[in-house]
Amino acid sequence: MPAIPKVLVTKIGLDGHDRGSRVVAAHLRDAGMEVIYTPPWQAIDTVVKLAVEEDVDVIGISSLATDHRIVPKLMRALREADVAGVAVIVGGIVPDEDEAMLLAAGVARVFHPGSPLDDIAEYIRSVVPALREARSAAFRTSV
Amino acid sequence: MNKPLDSTTLAPAADREQWRRDYAEQIGDDRACENRSGIPIKPLYTRDDWDGARPEADLGYPGQPPFTRGIYATMHRGRAWSQRQLIGLGTPADYNARLLALIAQGTSAISLIPCNSVFRGYDMDEVDAELLGTCGVVLNTADHMDRCLAGVDIGGMSCAMNDPSPFTLLAFLLAVARRRGVPFAAIAGTSNQSDYLSHYVANHMFFRIALPGARRILSDHIDYCVRALPRWNPMSVVGQHMQQAGATPAQAMAFTLATALQNADDCVARGMDPDAFLPRFTFFFDVSLSFFEEVAKFRAGRRLWARLVRERYGAKDPRSLRFKFHAQTSGVDLTRQQPLNNVARVTVQAMAGIFGGLQSLHTDAYDEVLSCPTEFGARIAVATQNILREEAHLTDVIDPLGGSYYVEALTGQMEEEILKTLALVQDAGGMYGAVERGIVQRMIGESARRFQAKVERGEQTVVGVNAYRVDEGAADRPPVQTVDDAAIAAHRAAFAEWKTARSQAQVAGALDDLARAANDAHANVFEHVVAAAEAGCTHGEICGTLRRELGFGHVQAIV
Repeated sequence: MPAIPKVLVTKIGLDGHDRGSRVVAAHLRDAGMEVIYTPPWQAIDTVVKLAVEEDVDVIGISSLATDHRIVPKLMRALREADVAGVAVIVGGIVPDEDEAMLLAAGVARVFHPGSPLDDIAEYIRSVVPALREARSAAFRTSV
Repeated sequence: MNKPLDSTTLAPAADREQWRRDYAEQIGDDRACENRSGIPIKPLYTRDDWDGARPEADLGYPGQPPFTRGIYATMHRGRAWSQRQLIGLGTPADYNARLLALIAQGTSAISLIPCNSVFRGYDMDEVDAELLGTCGVVLNTADHMDRCLAGVDIGGMSCAMNDPSPFTLLAFLLAVARRRGVPFAAIAGTSNQSDYLSHYVANHMFFRIALPGARRILSDHIDYCVRALPRWNPMSVVGQHMQQAGATPAQAMAFTLATALQNADDCVARGMDPDAFLPRFTFFFDVSLSFFEEVAKFRAGRRLWARLVRERYGAKDPRSLRFKFHAQTSGVDLTRQQPLNNVARVTVQAMAGIFGGLQSLHTDAYDEVLSCPTEFGARIAVATQNILREEAHLTDVIDPLGGSYYVEALTGQMEEEILKTLALVQDAGGMYGAVERGIVQRMIGESARRFQAKVERGEQTVVGVNAYRVDEGAADRPPVQTVDDAAIAAHRAAFAEWKTARSQAQVAGALDDLARAANDAHANVFEHVVAAAEAGCTHGEICGTLRRELGFGHVQAIV
């Protein structure tokens, strides 16, 4: 039986427009994934804590109004907390220049407006086995 | 030989039957059509659908009940809609330069969008620096407002500011007016989006003051403005957020009317005269690409509002019945793919709003889906309005679609649909109760998903997204607007310096007074916000004090 992906869908920063995050969260849930959904404005530390405590495979950050600019801070916080095997994906209005900046900071993938929901689900399914393997490996080295 | 005349079409009944046969034969498998509000759409509308037998009840004349044809006798023929483009980016100095340029080009109204940090109730030193000024002007004090409006005659221009509860921007504007010796009676404009309910339900940019506190502050604000600012509209009821978040056009109109009734009920409950506050109510809507549906939405909403306030509040002043609205073309309909196509989309949306009888219009820039609009994009958006007004002559005739079988039938059907949703909200205890219970949020979420599913299945074409795609690279997209990080850093440094230099005792005293007012049911909180602004308190300090006293609000996590 294929693994059931576990995804945290959230928003960091100042913007509150949540149509995108709600639609994506609902679709992933309907596609059979385990989804943890939060309202907007989560602190970066909260996102890291949730991801660790819930053992998620993927953190999905939705951004409409430039909040993606602080995603590199999230990537740094995840590294500082020794989080491995968790993919961060960003969806929303992200200019090309900023996409390059996000990928350089370690973001796995950026989904732009108009991305089919199934593409997002398929992408998540495709990366989960390797992520779980990476988390297990990190656990083995830590004990 | 005389053929029998069909009473409903004044054409021979046999002709109608002939058309029906021809249609059925030629169309084959007819496709099912329904609009975004779920109303089935027929291939042809005739007198069978709207017979015009009750012109007084359905239509009337512009400026007269039932107001279907418009709220003024002259409508756009007399005075075209106001071009109210949202502007705001960077520092107060950046904003001022852009505003002065617009005024030089003939703009007669001020529009001001603050930074998201301001929306969220924070000063610039309380948030991530990367997020400052990217979506609006970073404005935290009366001094900043003064800088924004340097060289601008604030007594002579209408001023619309996106200024949610507790309305610090208006307080700063009043502080500037006092400094410049401009009487409050000369200050004209609107507290855009003062409607806390729509912020709670949809785009959530409200200040996170718990619902009861937000409700109280709004009614204090309306009361203060009715008494002290004769040319100010304190109430802007917002349907735009809810439709952008996914509500269908009919739902958005119903939720907006329900919100307006809730706020009016609250004003009546504190003893205000309906004819004193109702003329200060304005509305703000989204216009989608669903052209005829949007026209019908506005015509139905206008007719309903006049009827509801007359029946519910016994309003007598004709100004109380007028459904004044601003509309913004829908950003959700725009695409990142082949972005110049958005110019065509915005044109159609704008036409729907104009034929719907709007009072002011913001046309989106085609590049809003890529970043905050560039000046180039903003210029095309303004030109679109100029073309529609002066080249296409859309202002020549009042309610030009009135009397169309389709538009009249659809206006009636939209009205029924709106009333159904309105009844549902009223049964749940009114908008406040329905929102507290998450009912409205769930309905919006379901509608958003239903629409998205249609796009994914290809039932709703989106050019460039699920049809007519072309290969595009970054070079096909226009350059994006960026913020001058050095200017923001200097703005922050100056702010820090200013904060230490001001009279701390005066600030502390004003914030104490504000906190006391928040806990005194007989005090007017907004009056104390104005006093705090004049005493040199910052936006973040005022919002922080009220959040502490009235409680944080949290958005419900509803998928």
